[in-house]
Amino acid sequence: MADLSIEFAGIKSPNPFWLASAPPANTGEQVMRAFDAGWGGAVWKTLGDPIVNVTSRFGGVDYGNHRMMGLNNIELITDRPLEVNLAEIREVKKRYPKNVIIASLMTETKEDWRVLIKKCEDAGVDGLELNFGCPHGMCERGMGSSVGQEPKLLQEITSWTKEFAKTPVLVKLTPNTGDILEPGEAAVRGGADGISLINTIKSIIGVDLNLLVPNPRVGKASSNGGYCGPAVKPIALHMVAALAREKSIGIPISGIGGVSTWKDAAEFIALGSTSVQVCTAVMHYGYRIIEDLTQGLSEYLDSMGMKSVNELRGRAVSGYQEWGDLDLNYKLVAKIDPALCIGCQLCVTACHDGAHQCIFTGKDDKKRPPHAHSHGMAKAPNPQIIGALAGDRVPWIDEPECVGCNLCQLVCPVPNCITMEESQVGPTETWNDRIAKGTNKVAGGIHD
Amino acid sequence: MAGSFVGSLENDRLEKSLRDKKPLYTEAEARAEAERCLYCADAPCIKACPTEIDIPTFIKKIASGNVRGSAKTIFDQNLLGHSCARVCPVEVLCVGDCVYNGWGRDPIQIGRLQRFATQTTTADHSKPLFTPKKAKAAKKIALIGAGPASLACAGTLALEGHQAVIFEKRPLPGGLNTTGIAPYKLHALDSLHEVEWVQSLGVEIRVGEEITKESAAKLLAEFDAVFIGVGLGEDSKLGVPGEDGPGVLGATAWIEKMKLAKGTKKETGRVVVVGGGNTAIDVARESALLGAHSVTMIYRRGEWKMSAYQHELEGGRKEGIRVLTHSQPLGFVRDNAGKLLAVRVAKTDENGKPLDGTEFEVPCDTVALAIGQAKLKTIATAFPGVECDDKGCIKADASTGQTGNPKVFSGGDCVNGGKEVVNAVAEGRNAARALIARWNEGTK
Repeated sequence: MADLSIEFAGIKSPNPFWLASAPPANTGEQVMRAFDAGWGGAVWKTLGDPIVNVTSRFGGVDYGNHRMMGLNNIELITDRPLEVNLAEIREVKKRYPKNVIIASLMTETKEDWRVLIKKCEDAGVDGLELNFGCPHGMCERGMGSSVGQEPKLLQEITSWTKEFAKTPVLVKLTPNTGDILEPGEAAVRGGADGISLINTIKSIIGVDLNLLVPNPRVGKASSNGGYCGPAVKPIALHMVAALAREKSIGIPISGIGGVSTWKDAAEFIALGSTSVQVCTAVMHYGYRIIEDLTQGLSEYLDSMGMKSVNELRGRAVSGYQEWGDLDLNYKLVAKIDPALCIGCQLCVTACHDGAHQCIFTGKDDKKRPPHAHSHGMAKAPNPQIIGALAGDRVPWIDEPECVGCNLCQLVCPVPNCITMEESQVGPTETWNDRIAKGTNKVAGGIHD
Repeated sequence: MAGSFVGSLENDRLEKSLRDKKPLYTEAEARAEAERCLYCADAPCIKACPTEIDIPTFIKKIASGNVRGSAKTIFDQNLLGHSCARVCPVEVLCVGDCVYNGWGRDPIQIGRLQRFATQTTTADHSKPLFTPKKAKAAKKIALIGAGPASLACAGTLALEGHQAVIFEKRPLPGGLNTTGIAPYKLHALDSLHEVEWVQSLGVEIRVGEEITKESAAKLLAEFDAVFIGVGLGEDSKLGVPGEDGPGVLGATAWIEKMKLAKGTKKETGRVVVVGGGNTAIDVARESALLGAHSVTMIYRRGEWKMSAYQHELEGGRKEGIRVLTHSQPLGFVRDNAGKLLAVRVAKTDENGKPLDGTEFEVPCDTVALAIGQAKLKTIATAFPGVECDDKGCIKADASTGQTGNPKVFSGGDCVNGGKEVVNAVAEGRNAARALIARWNEGTK
């Protein structure tokens, strides 16, 4: 069993899984149940002056038979008195000394920050997370993402908190920004000990088409919310990776955004996260998912021969390159396994309408489209391929025309039925190499 | 006009005690099932459907919540999409060819999805799915028999703005959908609802009007075209001693009585069904479900020769039906008062011929003969140029339904000898399309 324990800016956690600052980390009773289930830590629902919420608060995006591929919310920070929250934090910390509690904070003046930090640290929190990310409700009051979108302000407030804090300070960033490096570097300049990202994405989740009011509906109107859940993971991964590979950052990252399974977590960690925070998956399925998260990650690390989760951290960071540094002579060609093909021919339609018109059916050679690069007919396999399940419905690839785009493989419902076969058609050459050699002109341009 | 047929249906009917084996999906069930569909390209399910409904498209429309659009996709190809959804042997048609079968997964329940789309969108006549076109030069067609073939033909023509009048000799229209479908698939009431929906497209139906040799000539003179969709005739008989008398019934007559006649008294005796086709298995299953003491099917060849669908036979066996293969009725045993006591049966050889010394008796109270139906040749040959083949089926072009008389078309059981409702619909529709093409050509 691989060691899942981590140390984040000096904070020790039994595993990298923390509840994100959100409804699942709203109260002491909840957080204790989460710790009993196996969660390593919890970032408490944002503390500050209590607010008033509206009804309803959440909206979901379903995809196919899956509910809540994406979730948005218009809920604000804690609606409970600060002293109640602090008493509960004190109690949880007493009962669960090995688990991490980080207080998420949001307030306005320097003096407010000083008092809030002091009270939280007196209650025994292990660290602080500055909520500069919330994109709804609080930002209009000059807090949340309105700070995260102003690097100078972000830096200044961060430096205030560092004056007061004895525990590590994490800055939670909003993705609602052009270049995530700007707020990231501002946090570092302000003295942050760690960065959490992403907070939710400003969003309208959908429209009630009977009432013609956006969702989630509050009477006769709605408002923009913050979008999260599995759908936002790719955006989060990109932003985590962007900070992780930048030398100017150099502080630990807590990755957030659509983590639902141990695989998601492993991806965040491989792209440089030290801990990961989870919200939507818990809101959907409950704290119990932690068993699979920890066990799955541990099994994966074992299978990779890694003794600790720390060995995984950042391992995929250098696998990211600028587009201009990618090898232009690396080629892929799709292969269809006739033993697995079920004959749905989704690949045929996808290739013809959405890709490069190189998948055909039937026993005869086929005419290529007029824009094809290759001459002559597309050669059908001879003898015709007869599949074990699909019979004569197994499609075939016109290999000279296949650009290796992956689309057929992505639409194929059968795992491993379509594979992409690798080849190297020449020595490695990148676009940047061509620029350097002056061979980057492609015929047929605007001035040709 | 709409509403009159449903209103004249008996309320107390024995069929009502048999409930749907595949009930109407709720919207949530339909969406969940629809979402499972892969949306295959060049889909095998379409090719397996005699009416070539664009199945993946109608299913995706259910998934998106566009249920009216889904129904339109179905009706574009098959105006009797509702009854077909419920009575089609989908196991050997669309569902049987779903690519999921090969993958070892449950195939998409296409019939149930089609029922959902068609039933939920035709229930309310105040929100019509289609508006009949105005034809440049409206033509008149007379259709004989109000079964699925004629209804599909008439509806298709009516939507193009032509005048379609159906003549039905029985008091209720719908053909076998009304009189003969197993009630756990479709009740007579559902059939009549569908008929009334076809009426709402502009089709006129005159019941209780039998076309004779004399009126046939009148039809030819008055109408631009005639469609013969008369189906099949009386149940065939065995021609063995003791057959005539109480207790021995034709299978379709038995089913019709159970579906339409007033009275809800259940079958409690010992039932014997003679035959190995789908009518035979229907009677057997219906008897078993209605509480028969025992149900025995007698078939003179081996099981592999039976034309009854395997899935129906398996279902029947689970319901307690006993199947005697290689057995041939030789006669019926009656007491002095004529009361039926038993069927005398002999075992048969490989060719279905009785073997000497193998006779035995199967005690019974009721026997249903499901060994075929007579052909209605008289009406067909009342039209000059219309011919029948050796089996008594009307000769008609396979793709257009045109008979030897260019004004006379035909389709359904009277042409194909007795196939599924969906085959009749395809044939009726194809005849209508051929006529539309012909008449459009004429107006150019």
